[in-house]
Order: sequence, then structure tokens, then C-alpha cells
Amino acid sequence: MTYGFEYPSMKLLLLCSIFYLVGCSGSSHENGENSMDIEVNGKINAQLTSPPHVPDPIGSRPAKNVIVDMEILEQEGHMANGVSYIYWTFGGSVPGSFIRTRLGDEVEFTLKNHPNNKLPHNIDLHAVTGPGGGASSSFVAPGHEITFSFKTLNPGLYVYHCATAPVGMHIANGMYGLILVEPAGGLPKVDKEYYIMQGDFYTKGNNGEPGLQPFDMQKAIDEDADYVVFNGSTDALTGENAITAEVGETIRLYVGNGGPNLASSFHVIGEIFDRVHVEGGKLINHNVQTTLIPPGGAAIVEFKVEAPGTFVLVDHAIFRAFNKGALGMLKVTGDANESVYSGTIQEGIYQPEGGSIQTMPGNQGAPEAPSAESVSERIELGKSIYARTCLACHQEEGQGIPSAFPPLAKSDYLNADVDRAIDIVLHGKTGEITVNGKNYNSVMTAQTLTDEQVANVLTYVYSSWGNSGVEVTPTMVMKRKSAH
Amino acid sequence: MGLLAFSMTGNSQTRTIMRPIKGGTLIPLYGLDSGKVWVDDFLLDEFAVTNEQYLDFVKKYPEWKRANAKSIFADGNYLSEWQSDLQLGSHMNPKAPITNVSWFAAKAYCACQDKRLPSVDEWELAARASETKANAENDSSFNTRIIESYETPNTYSKTVGSTYKNFWGIYDMHGLVWEWTSDFNSVLISGESRQDGEADRNLFCAGAAISASNLRDYAAFMRYAFRGSIKANYNIKNLGFRCAKSK
Repeated sequence: MTYGFEYPSMKLLLLCSIFYLVGCSGSSHENGENSMDIEVNGKINAQLTSPPHVPDPIGSRPAKNVIVDMEILEQEGHMANGVSYIYWTFGGSVPGSFIRTRLGDEVEFTLKNHPNNKLPHNIDLHAVTGPGGGASSSFVAPGHEITFSFKTLNPGLYVYHCATAPVGMHIANGMYGLILVEPAGGLPKVDKEYYIMQGDFYTKGNNGEPGLQPFDMQKAIDEDADYVVFNGSTDALTGENAITAEVGETIRLYVGNGGPNLASSFHVIGEIFDRVHVEGGKLINHNVQTTLIPPGGAAIVEFKVEAPGTFVLVDHAIFRAFNKGALGMLKVTGDANESVYSGTIQEGIYQPEGGSIQTMPGNQGAPEAPSAESVSERIELGKSIYARTCLACHQEEGQGIPSAFPPLAKSDYLNADVDRAIDIVLHGKTGEITVNGKNYNSVMTAQTLTDEQVANVLTYVYSSWGNSGVEVTPTMVMKRKSAH
Repeated sequence: MGLLAFSMTGNSQTRTIMRPIKGGTLIPLYGLDSGKVWVDDFLLDEFAVTNEQYLDFVKKYPEWKRANAKSIFADGNYLSEWQSDLQLGSHMNPKAPITNVSWFAAKAYCACQDKRLPSVDEWELAARASETKANAENDSSFNTRIIESYETPNTYSKTVGSTYKNFWGIYDMHGLVWEWTSDFNSVLISGESRQDGEADRNLFCAGAAISASNLRDYAAFMRYAFRGSIKANYNIKNLGFRCAKSK
């Protein structure tokens, strides 16, 4: 694939050729008719949506002129509990607005760089056949806008991203999103569709360190991510932000990976993907447990939900899920079907864990940390420890996960014995216990927390969700330690 | 001290003190011959030109009033935050750097002071100095600080002199605004026999990485990318200038 550029440097020529390969990967067409020849009929404004939502399906509409108007915003956003970050965004969200087109559409794309932004940007859409995927025509300074157009020649799900130097940094700050090109007639109808994109982030402070965290160039070069998240933050798809469905519905997830560095082993705990459009293309694989999505790639994942409950979306490179944030939730409501799912979870291969460094039951040792001045401060500090360490299993409202992780809310087991609760946080717990009349047989790892942190998180738990309100002090924790 | 000069100004044109910069060799990020360039000794304003200084200029040279400026010299964003032709916006800090000015306007301002805009190479030479070193290119904490300042929003409204004073006695080379240079677009219009319109591709093509002299100097990548995105009649909220003079 040569373009006849006469570059003085051979190395440059090679590199740019590779670059263009990406941009025009699909100039051959397998659809029988040449998509170049599809005529457009009329003009529409593209509906753009922020994640996890996607625009309406194209259905049976003919190819049209599609007007896309996208604004670039550099803005502070929420990364994790107490942690914020300056995101660079397409359309104000990470990932950027979802663009939905059909084969043969002629897209008139206007890229606007907000006047308050400090940097120039551009956009490289992998769905574009042409130099730089649009990047060479869309380089725009702050306070300016630029328009270019392209025809969608290949159906599929494609990543778009900023390609302005330093490219890695623009992507690392969140400048990526997905553009879907549906085949003529549209994709088969499903009940629910969602938009999810994984990204890795590199911050000056380590995971969980509070405050506005600047980008860390060295960590990015070393590929040493502090956060690996879906949709730009650790809680974009958890708790009340979870995506939802009802039993019997078919779900389609448009899953992309912005990177910049890490490939995603995308998996939904407790589900099998009925169909995966491998790499976002034409090939459909069936009955897939985990699908690999490289940075700058995407996949379309479809499955029918047969059982109610919370299904956890993870990057199955599992420390990323439980320690760096690559975790989302799909809440399915409806009637249980005993033949599909009997009610006993068999999640023996990996145990969801919290964000702090953990050791197996029995070990001890922890660094020192700042101390709370009052009960309310203790509760406040405890809340963020809970979010990092306990929430993945015991859930946002302490409700736990039925049959797997016992509830902390209105928990008879918890309220009966404070010392026992301290011991469990310090040393972990294995074996069968009964909480609020139900049996649980699982493993909780020992938490590597300071006495102060143990006191804070337990005080938070005791003061929440209808529990006894006991304050746990560092002295009480220390006494329990020496009791062993 | 330049700040002292401000307080004595009343409404007359403030003279900004210039500091001598010792010349030397510089390796530009996109050096096509990957060669060093020599920069002669020169003088550089210790502060960026401020809003109130620019207001004085416009009063003296009405052809640079917003209403009079020709669009080929300054596009529709020229002084767009001002209340009127001769009045700053009510929210504007008079001692913050003037922004939303075009290259033509900046060039005219400096010429009227019997000065000129610094070249890219001069600017880069002065800007590579930290507080203590004339050349802090290899000081990773200095580079990190620069990148962080580029990512910090709304720094254009800060008073000049509010960041750091470098080895040469120049303030705010990084941390307030981008600055115009006389030949900001020369990196794109190379002497090489490239096809028309191809030259600027090295800023986003991954080829940029292979021709760059220092792969890790992300701060420089950001400056060169910014310069590559602008045209001489652009006016940008985060782009100001300071003047230079040959020795």
C-alpha cells in the first residue's frame, strides 16, 4: 500500500505507511456492491450521546449526509472517590460522544476547539479512509473550528481518537470514542444497547491518593497505570450508574478500548457472550467468555440475560478490576429461573477484592496514616476507605451480593460483636457464617490497613445503613491486635 | 524592577525591562538536519505584555482598535473579551498577559516599542532555563512542572510575574500563556522538497516521533504542536507575547 510520498527519510516513509494502513484498512469491500457507489439521499443531524448511552439504531434509513458537530473540552472531572483529573474530551465525556452512521453515509464533520482550551487537537477516525483518518484535515487551534467530510465505506465499530503530538498524552487524557457504521438495513434489533470504553490513566499520585491529580508522563511511558477504568472513572458504571436490563432481554454492548497502553480482556462475570463481532468487524464468534480488545480497537458483544442479579463487567486481567477500577455493573431485574441459576454462586477462581494492598488471612503490618479528629471526620475518612476497599464485594449500600458476600446493612452478625468485626478486617475470614438468617461460605482477605484506617472504616460501617452506630477507635483496634 | 515601573505608569506606555540572554547552541525538536542551531545574544522582555500595556498601545495606534483591525490581520476573536474598543472586559485583570491578539498585532506592538518578536529558537533558548540553570532541558522535574502548567486551565488571567523567575531574570516563560514568535510557522514550511500540504503532517503522523530530537520532551511537543495549529491572524485566549531585541 503505497501513496507515492517521496520522503527523504526511509524510516519516516515506513512509519507513515503503517499509519496509513490503519487509515485505509478497508478499501476493498466484501459486500458485493461497492460502497463508494451508494448514493446519499437527504441530510440529517447526527444524534450524539455520552456514555453509556448510544443513539437510536439507523433501522431502514437510506444513506444520507450526516452532520456531526463535536466540541472539544479540556475540563476537570471525577476519576475516583476524592480524586479528580483534567480530562481532554470529545463532547465533554470520556469516552467521547458515540457517533452512529450507516454504510455509505457522507459525514460532514465539524470539530470545534473550545476557546478556553489550551491545546490544539484533531481527530483520527478509524472509520475514515483517507490520510491520517481525518487527522490531517482536522488540526484545530483553541477558539477555532474546522470541517471535513468522509464517506463510510466499511461497516463495523471503530475507534476515534486525537492524534496531535504528543499523541500518547492526548489519548491518555481521554481523547477517544467510538463511531459505528451499521450495514445497510442496520444491525439486528436488540432490547438494550450500551456504550463502554476502557482506558488506562497515569497520575502523579498513586491509586486512591486524593485531590486533583496531574498526568504522569514517566508512568505513561513505563505503562505503569494507576487507574484502568470503564468510561473514564472508577464509578462510571457502578452503584447508581450501573447499566440495567430485565430478564429475557438481549443486550448489545459496544465496547472499545482507548488505551493508550493496555489491552482489555473484557469479561462479564456470570455471563457468556452469545455473539461477539470480533474486533468490531464482520466475523461473528459464538459462546465467548472473554474477548480481547486491543487499544485502538473495539468489539460488539451480545448476550441474552436469563437470570436476575448484578453482573460485574471486568477487565479479566483481574488486578485492574479490583485494584485499579476496571469494574462495571449490569443490574438485571426480573424473576429468577431456577433451572438457569439455582442461587449458589460458584465464583471460586477469583475473589473480588478491594483497592488497598491485601495479604492472605494471618499476615499483618501496615504503614502509618493521618488520624481523625472527630467521629464525623472518622466517618468521612472511613467512607473513602470503604469505597476503595470494601465496596466491590459488600456493595454501595452495604447490601452485599446474595449467596456470595454477606450484607453489612442491618447486619445482626456485625452488630453482635465489635471485636469480632475488628478481627475480621485485620485477619480476614474464611468458612461458613450466618448473617441475617442466610448462610455464606466465602473468603475475605485480610486488609492491609492502619489501625486508624480500620477504626475509620468500621466506624463508617457501624454508623451507616441502620447499624448500631458504635465508634471504633484506633485503641480498640490496637487492643485486638495484641489480643492475639 | 518591572513591577515598580507598573506602579508609576498612570496611563502612559509602560516600559518593560529587558534582560540579556546569552546566546548558545540549541537543538530544535523538529530539526530537519538534526543539527544544532546557533542563537546570538539578545534581549528579552522580563514580562509578557499585559492587558493594560496593550490598551495603551491601542489608544496610541487606533488602527489596532478592535473595530478597525482588518480581518486578514486579526480574525473575529481579536480582543473579543474587551467591553469596547478602548475598555478591557470587566472581569479582566489589567496586569494579566494580553491574549486574543494576532501575530500581526503582536508584531506591530513590538515594532512600536522599537523591538521585535523573538524567533522560535530565541524563545526556546530563553525558555529552557529554570530558576537556577541556564539549560534545564535534562531536568525532569522542570519538564514535569512545565507539562503540568500546560494542563492547568485558566492561567491566562493570572498577573504577570506570578509564576517563576528564570536564570536570566525572565518571568513566566511557562505557566501563564503560550507566546507568539516571529517564525512560529517555520517548522511547517520546511526547505525540504515535500509535497504541498504534506509538511505539517509530521505533527500528527507518528513520523513526528521518529524525526524528533528528544522523544521524551513532551512539553516541547506540545509547544510545537500548538505553533503548528495556528495562523498569523488567529487570536486565542491562551496566547500572548513578549518582545525581544537584538544586541
